[in-house]
Amino acid sequence: MAKTIRLLQGNEACSEGALYAGCTFFAGYPITPSTEVAEVLAVKLPLIGGAFMQMEDEIAAMAAIIGASLAGSKSLTATSGPGFSLKQENIGFAAIAEVPCVIVNVMRGGPSTGVPTGPGQSDIMQCRWGTHGDHPIITLTPASVQEIFTETVRAFNLSEKYRNPVIIAFDEIVGHMREKIEIPEPGELEIIDRTKPNVAPEEYFPYDSSKGDIPPMANFFEGYRYHVTGLNHDMTGFPVNACELIHVEEERLMRKIDANRDDIIKYEEFMLDDAEVAIFAYGACGRSAKEAVETARENGMKIGLFRPLTIWPFPDREIEALAGRVKSIVVPELSLGQIILEVERTSKGKTRVEGIFRVDGDPINPGQILDMVKEVI
Amino acid sequence: MAYDYSPYLRNEKFPHIWCPGCTYGIVLKAIIRGLEKSGISKDDTAIVSGIGCASRLPGYVDFNTLHTAHGRAIAFATGIKMVKPEKNVLVITGDGDATAIGGNHFIHACRRNIDITVIIFNNFIYGMTGGQYSPTTPTGAFATTMPYGNVDPHFDINELSKGSGATFVARGTAYHAAALDRLVVEAINHKGLSVLEIINACPTTYGRRNKFKNPTDMLLWMKDHYVPLSAYQKLPPEKAEGKYPTGILFRIEKPEYSEVYYEMVKRVRSREKGGR
Ligand SMILES: Cc1ncc(C[n+]2csc(CCOP(=O)(O)OP(=O)(O)O)c2C)c(N)n1
Ligand code: SF4
Repeated sequence: MAKTIRLLQGNEACSEGALYAGCTFFAGYPITPSTEVAEVLAVKLPLIGGAFMQMEDEIAAMAAIIGASLAGSKSLTATSGPGFSLKQENIGFAAIAEVPCVIVNVMRGGPSTGVPTGPGQSDIMQCRWGTHGDHPIITLTPASVQEIFTETVRAFNLSEKYRNPVIIAFDEIVGHMREKIEIPEPGELEIIDRTKPNVAPEEYFPYDSSKGDIPPMANFFEGYRYHVTGLNHDMTGFPVNACELIHVEEERLMRKIDANRDDIIKYEEFMLDDAEVAIFAYGACGRSAKEAVETARENGMKIGLFRPLTIWPFPDREIEALAGRVKSIVVPELSLGQIILEVERTSKGKTRVEGIFRVDGDPINPGQILDMVKEVI
Repeated sequence: MAYDYSPYLRNEKFPHIWCPGCTYGIVLKAIIRGLEKSGISKDDTAIVSGIGCASRLPGYVDFNTLHTAHGRAIAFATGIKMVKPEKNVLVITGDGDATAIGGNHFIHACRRNIDITVIIFNNFIYGMTGGQYSPTTPTGAFATTMPYGNVDPHFDINELSKGSGATFVARGTAYHAAALDRLVVEAINHKGLSVLEIINACPTTYGRRNKFKNPTDMLLWMKDHYVPLSAYQKLPPEKAEGKYPTGILFRIEKPEYSEVYYEMVKRVRSREKGGR
């Protein structure tokens, strides 16, 4: 595959990104607006000798990709709204058992069946807190077809590097839009594979963190016979009831992501240097916001954009610093107010935070954002 | 000389969590004998379970073991099998795990006829959560959530498996433990989805509420009610009433899922190379 220029839909670019990253297993269950991710992989995975499975439901799909990953394959599932809710229990399993895998959530409106064909950003808290218990998670939020491709590759890399499930969350608008993209040549983007143990099987402990927070991972059938469980466990992988050990292990899980936040968190800053008002926006809202900033600048208004590509872990320090510099932060989002809570929390009262919320299935347009900016400048 | 189970056990994990009088230990030993007789190496075998007392079994055996979420073992196992079709994949599950919360995965794995061996520990009750009724609890039996006697009709695992497309269906009991290892070997060697139902005694939560004075009574009940298929077929109808056959109850050959899938892969790849 030489470098190619193609006109692709966001969902299609996601499938291409997965293949580029080395994904050889997909399991899913059809749901709008995510279906095209599955449809492209149903065609392409067999061509590279991989496997595609349409499972009986989303729960099974999530389970199957964890099984496939433990057996050594990079694996992916894709879903939307109700399907994402169904996957949660097993996303928690992947988190505690530290099994790399990638989950795409093409966000639509909700709750329940909601607006199947309309965009939404109201699963963003579910990405973080959807499953029960405390657990680490990484969530990426691309805003263009090209970004969906590169962020999908990055999602696989991060999941392998940190032994953690990674969610890619984009709204229906980005998933269904068509744009020109450049697919890099093989080798052009870095591909990361899980670190394998270099000790003898008798000396291998799947959760041994004595040499770092991310223990090497052996695949099943490679001679390291170990135990994997969703119960709180010790370094050998077996259940423990010792309160102290549980606490230590849970903290390690959180720390392996938190301590590496600089490696994981990615964002775009657009005309922020001298900005008096900052817009915080991701996905489709990030696109509208960019246009709003350009128009505002033409009219002499000092506006800038902070556009996160990693939303979990949340770019907390960056937002705190930003809040100390600007008069206000405007947060347009396709929900009745979810990620704004995080912006408010991390800006620590240093600035005024205003939201623009919309859940009627239409995007937030640049004009709406400009109106709000004029109010707060 | 006594059979040496220790090479297959994680000996340091004992004592196990199962109650005194529980028959899961008996069955664990039979499964180990079966696995040894199958001749497949420990490294080439994965044992997957859901949640429940039965599902704790993988923790005690020295294989690639995976203890998952309630009801989901077969779905996890399907992912493993699909990417490593040449490996031996076993599922250990309870009646509730397999036929209630996991019912959907169970019937669809049967339908696909994917080469996984599903061993269902049927104790007619939810053991781990303390004795609530399960889809296999006999009508009329007592459970904490059926305090006046079970009014739900119950599943027959044999019929459920056959009806869903499983190509190997067998039944054994903890009482007839000596015959179990052979059933395990046959189930493993069968190409396609094999279901092996093993009738088990849960004296703690089932026996106590259903007039079994002690664990031995439960084993004797198995002895009286379960008969080998060949003998069962010869019973006159009035004697067959309330009795159940054991052994291999159903076995047919049908294309196996992962093999069919990878044949398709081969076909489309050679077509692709042909320049289409
Ligand atoms: C999603 C979910 N629901 C409920 C439970 C609680 N739960 C744990 S084990 C179990 C029943 C197990 O019964 P069975 O599968 O028959 O196995 P046994 O304990 O009898 O061996 C239930 C309901 C759970 N762990 N997860
Ligand atoms: S509760 Fe029942 S099934 Fe569970 S260990 Fe005790 S006797 Fe066995």
